[in-house]
Amino acid sequence: MADHSHTETIDLRVQFDTPEQQKDCSTLGMWIFLITEIMFFGGMFAAYTIYRQNYPEVFAIASTSLNAKIGAFNTCVLLFSSFTMVMAVRAGQLGKQKAIVGWLILTLIFGGAFLGVKGIEWHEKFVEHHIPGQAEFHLEGLPAGEQGHAQIFFSLYFSMTGLHALHMVVGAGMLIWLLLEARKGTYSAKYFTPIDVGGLYWHFVDIIWIFLFPLLYLIDRHLKV
Amino acid sequence: MHDESQSQHHPVDSARTYAAILATLLFLTILTTVVAYVDLGYFSTVIALAIACTKMLLVALFFMHIRHSTKLTKLVVVGGLLWLAILLLLTLTDFATRTWTGVPGR
Repeated sequence: MADHSHTETIDLRVQFDTPEQQKDCSTLGMWIFLITEIMFFGGMFAAYTIYRQNYPEVFAIASTSLNAKIGAFNTCVLLFSSFTMVMAVRAGQLGKQKAIVGWLILTLIFGGAFLGVKGIEWHEKFVEHHIPGQAEFHLEGLPAGEQGHAQIFFSLYFSMTGLHALHMVVGAGMLIWLLLEARKGTYSAKYFTPIDVGGLYWHFVDIIWIFLFPLLYLIDRHLKV
Repeated sequence: MHDESQSQHHPVDSARTYAAILATLLFLTILTTVVAYVDLGYFSTVIALAIACTKMLLVALFFMHIRHSTKLTKLVVVGGLLWLAILLLLTLTDFATRTWTGVPGR
C-alpha cells in the first residue's frame, strides 16, 4: 500500500501515490471533457452535412462568397499559436520559467490575431448583407426563392465559427490566468500540469478549426473556377 | 529543480520535432487551399477531409502528446471518436433514406 503520511504538495496531493499518477489523472480528465466537446461540435457538423446535402447548389454559391485566402491565412495563424503553446508546455517540462511566460505571450498574440481577422471577416458579412435574419439579406447570384436556403448556410457559418471563436475567447482567458501564475513562479519541471492540460484545450480548438476551414471555405471552390 | 530527469514523467520532444510538425501543418494548409480550386468532382471533398484528418492526427499525436500518453487515455480518445462516428453515421442513415419508402411528409 502507498504511504499516505507524506506532506501534501502541489505536485502530489494526498489522494495520489505518485506525481505521475496525479498528472495522468488530470490528462485523462481533460480528455473526457474534450470528448464531450467533440460530441457538442459533432452535432453542428452533422447539421451542416445534412443541409449541404439538401441544398448543394445554394451551399456552393454561399460557400464561395467567403474569402478562402483570408481563411487559409487565419488557419496558419492558429497553427502558429498551437506551436507556441506546445513550446510553452515544453518549457514547463524543462522547468524554464521565463520561457514559459514568453511562449504563452506569443500564443496569446497569435490567438488574438486570429480573433481579429475573424472579426474583420464577420464585419464584411454585415457590409455585404450576408447576415441571416437581416431584412435586407441578399446573396448575389441566387433567385428570391433560394435566399432562405442561403440564410441556412450563413446561420451555420456564424454559429460554427462563432462557437469556435467563443472557445478561443475562453482559451485566451485561460492563457492570461496561466501567464499570471507562471509569472508568480508556480510552475516548475515537477509541476506544470495546468499548462499541459490548458495546451490540450488550445490544440483541441485548433483541430475544430482544421475541419471548419475546408468544410466552410473550400470544398465547393472548384465548382466556380 | 531544473534537472531534466525529474521532469521525465514523459519524454520531452525536441523543439526541432515541433518545428517540423508546424512546417508540415502549414504545407498541408496551403496544399488543401490550392487543391480546392482544381475540379476533382466528388474527390474534392474526399481530399479536403483526408488532409484535414492528417492535420488532426499530427496535432493530436505530437502537440497533444497522444503518442506518449497512457493506454487508458489512448483508449478514451479512440472511444470518443467512435461515439462521434455513431452520431454522424446514424444521423446520416436516417436523413439519407427518408425518401426511399415514398411515404409523404418525410
